[in-house]
Parts: sequence; structure tokens; C-alpha cells
Amino acid sequence: MSRRPILFLSILTLLLFIANLFMGSVNIPFADAFNVLLGFETDNKVAESIVLQSRLPQAITALLAGASLAVAGLLLQTAFSNPLAGPSILGITSGASLGVAVVMLATGGVMGAVSGSMTNVLGAFIGAILTLGVIILFSMVVRSNVMLLIVGIMVGYVTNSAITLLNFFASEKNVFSYTIWGMGDFSSVSLSDMPLFVGVSFIGIILSVLLMKPLNALLLGDRYAANLGVNIKRARVLLLLCTGLLTAIVTSYCGPISFLGLAVPHVARLMTKSSNHHTLLPATLLAGSATALVCTLVCSMPWQSGVLPLNAITPIFGAPVIIYVIINRSKIEYFN
Amino acid sequence: MEITTVLEVKSLTIGYGKDASATKIAEGINFALNQGELALILGCNGAGKSTLLRTLSSVQHPLSGEVKICGEDIFETSPRELAQRVAAVFTDKTMAGGLLVEEVVALGRYPYTGFFGKMGREDREMVQSSLSLVGMAGKSKKYLSQLSDGERQKIMIAKALAQQTPLIILDEPTAFLDLPSRIEILYLLKRLTKEENKTILLSTHDVEQSLSVADKLLLIKGGEVKFKSTAEAIECGDVESLFEERGIAFDKNTGRFIPKLK
Repeated sequence: MSRRPILFLSILTLLLFIANLFMGSVNIPFADAFNVLLGFETDNKVAESIVLQSRLPQAITALLAGASLAVAGLLLQTAFSNPLAGPSILGITSGASLGVAVVMLATGGVMGAVSGSMTNVLGAFIGAILTLGVIILFSMVVRSNVMLLIVGIMVGYVTNSAITLLNFFASEKNVFSYTIWGMGDFSSVSLSDMPLFVGVSFIGIILSVLLMKPLNALLLGDRYAANLGVNIKRARVLLLLCTGLLTAIVTSYCGPISFLGLAVPHVARLMTKSSNHHTLLPATLLAGSATALVCTLVCSMPWQSGVLPLNAITPIFGAPVIIYVIINRSKIEYFN
Repeated sequence: MEITTVLEVKSLTIGYGKDASATKIAEGINFALNQGELALILGCNGAGKSTLLRTLSSVQHPLSGEVKICGEDIFETSPRELAQRVAAVFTDKTMAGGLLVEEVVALGRYPYTGFFGKMGREDREMVQSSLSLVGMAGKSKKYLSQLSDGERQKIMIAKALAQQTPLIILDEPTAFLDLPSRIEILYLLKRLTKEENKTILLSTHDVEQSLSVADKLLLIKGGEVKFKSTAEAIECGDVESLFEERGIAFDKNTGRFIPKLK
């Protein structure tokens, strides 16, 4: 088992994190940004405010959101024995979105702020867990992996129709803020929301790390895992909670971000050439962070109309990965 | 060496469901297997072979009766301890193609390792010796997906060996394999009972091939389970009657099943 991919990904993530602090839609001289970051006095108050209030929280959010979504995807792929599972494709992101929509639209925006806030997080969590529960119920009846994915997509559609209804009856202002939220954005976690966001995503990520041993046994399937002493029911509940928590926290703040959860675990598997979660899980976390940081950089390039929505970029990165993997699946070890 | 009973089954009734709505599949099952014995479960499809195996590996609860491994009731043993007493080999499709052969066998150490599954020197030695026992030591750095079906089955048997259990249960271990692999697997299992003193119980449709290696037979037919030594079961006509309704007879002299002549 090689540690080189992990080392490479760590350095890459670090460099991208730094790049996110020095580059953005507003051009700030390198020296000024450098001074601000090291805590030196600077005359450039604009630079100070942009780097510390905007770029730093956005980079931290991307770092954690990318890791969270990617590892959520990995957990789902192992739990459902299906390399094409992911939070978006199984409808879990839609479930979280519905939770947010209920808070933001149905309550007339009284309870929830534009994005983030505790009620949004709670709504997203309940939505995500409920959808996961539904998918698990279906997985007991629908044995075929591909069919289960289609059921997931159907669940997503039904959830989305509920969201459309909510939008139809909501006020114009709320619909607008919901639509903006739906485009995906890593800059929506303010400094004051940071403790909640960092805290919850950390709990989820740590929980996923603690599940490494049973995850490896689950690669052999439920029957083998049970024979090895894995408490299957408990492992499933923990996996469900962990995925729900990670998807919910990211979705409630940053919107329903597509493809990170589905595609990144594949990038990590191809890079580490391993399905062993002791290597794969850290690699997935890092690759998720790195991908999210790249997407943020691209979105906040000095475009003419400001910052691009995240969901305009993630599919461009994610879809080719999935297509590549499907085309080459007979040559890829973990598919066989 | 003293003969020890590894598996003990008493007045067991297997089936599905609970209480009044329960469906009985077979009842009054009594048998015991000693250390170093190889036993077959024989019967037609749907006779209850898999249900019996699932019950014996504690995946499924029995309707009544008891199953003891090394003297302890399996339904009162903790999952970790049970995993150190009975190892299972199935023909399930896995998602482990991206694991190295040695990583798959290392999963057999699951009930022995700590919270993160870190392997000690003893664990690693056990993995290597298990691989050697099934003759796959040279493939330890290959991906599971690079192996043939027969080789994969050997790796799963090595995983069972790494579990260091007195009892190994296999559900149709020779299904989907070509003839040389089938014979290889059966004789490998036979060797493990003789050299490693393992007790092995397997279900199979390869009746002709496996009769020659089996010490004991469990014959399931019409909800009834008979337990006999192989020679006795052949002699008294129990093997013969196994597929009688399907018009298949057993020729004691050649050890082969043939269609009954009208």
C-alpha cells in the first residue's frame, strides 16, 4: 500500500488552499495579501477585509465541504455495494434541499435566514435522513443495484416536485434567495456561522474515519461482514447518520452541490489503486477538498459578471470522471 | 489425541417467520460433528440447505432447538467471539475486486484486531500461512479481480483459515467453477480437515465428486434431515432415495447418479 498518493494530495490541497487566499475575483497585490495573512499591519483595509472576511472563510468552507461530500459518497458506495451511488444520485441531496425549502419557503422565510442558520441545518438533516431511510427501505426490496439507483433518481424527482410546489406558492423574494442558494456557493458560510459549520462537518468526518474497519469488511458484502463479527444493523445506522449529517450540513449552507460525492471517490480509487478504506478514505477526503478548492478558484476567477455559481462547474469536472469510469469498467479492478 | 465435538445440533427446527405464522422448513435435526470431520449437506434446490447453513452461522434464528459450537450456544455468543469459532465461505458477489489478495485474507483477522483493524506481526503471519495452505502465497500482491473464479474461492477459504476457527461452513463452494477447480477445492478442504484438524460443513450440488471426500452426510428431503456416515448412507439406500422422485437413481458400484430405466 503506497502512501505517495496521500502525500501528493496533502501537498496539492495545501497549495490550493493558499492559492484560494491569494487569488479571487478582486485583484489584491500579493504583498498586501501576504501581510494580512501573517497579521502584519497594512494600509490596504480593502485587502484586509476581503482576505480575512471573504476568502479565508470561503477556502475553509470549500476544504470541509469538499471532504464531507466526497466521503459521504464513498460511504454510500460501500454501504450499498454500488460504485455509482452518491448523495445526489440517491436523492439524499434533494431530501436535504426539501428540508431547506420547507424552512426557507413554507415558513415564509421567518424561521430561516437566506442560507445557513440552525433551522436550515436541522431541516436539511431531517430531509436527508428521511430520504436515506426511504432508500434503505427500497434497498431491501430492490436487489438490483442499477434498479436501486433508478429508484433513488425517482425519489429525487418526487422530492423536487414538492420543492417546485413550495416555490410556486412562496413569495418572490424567497424564491429568489432559494434559487440563488440552489446554484451552489462556498462563500455562504459567514465567520459567525463558521463554528457550527466546522463543528458539524468535523463530527461527520471523524465518525467516517471511525467506521474504516467495518467499511472494509462490508466490501465482501453483508453476509461475509456479519460472519466476521460486524454488527450489520449498527454499522448501517451509523453510516446513515454519518452520510445524512455530512450531506445536510454542506447542503444547508452551500446548496445542493452535484457530482462531488459521486465522482471524487472514483478519482481517489484510481489514484491510490486501492479499495482499502485505510488508504481510500483519507485519499477521498483530501481529493474532495482539492476538487472543491479548484472549483472555487475557477468560480471566482475575475469573470465579468462576478462569481460563477458552483453547480455550473462541478458537473464539468464530475461527469467526465463518471463516464470514463463506466467506459473503462472492465479494466478497473474495483468493478470486478 | 482426544476427539472433541465441534458442532452440536439438538432438536433443531429451521424455517422463517415467528410463532403461528412460521413456515417450517425442516424439523427434528440432530447431529454432531467432531474435529477433523468433513460433512456434506445434500438435497434438492429448495430443500433447505441454505436455510440450515444460515441458521448454523447464526445469520438466521431457528424456530426452536439449539446449536452449539465448542459447547456454547451460538445465539448467546457475542458476534466477535462467534467470528472466532465459525468462518463462512459463500459465493456472494463482492465489491472487493480492488483489494489485494492479502488484504482480503487479512479481513479474516477482523475478530482479532483492535478498533482500527491494525494488524500485528502475529496477524500478518497468520495471513501468510493461510495463503500458503491454499497454495496462493505467490498471488498475495495481486488484486482479487485479477484472479480466476477458482482462485478467488481459494482466497475466500484462506480468509476463513485466517479467522482461526475450529469450524468452517461453506455454501456451495464449487458452484460456478470448472471441473478442475471443483476437484481442487474439494481436495483442498479434505486436506484441511486432515492436516489442520478443521471441521468442515458444506452444501453442494456436486454430489458425485464430493461423496468421495465426505466423512458424514446430512440428507435433507421433505422436511426431514438424516445424518449418517457416508458409507452407511450409501449402503442403506439414503443417497439412492435422495433424488428418487426426480427419476434419478444412484449406482453404488460406480458412485454415479443415472436416470432410472423405465
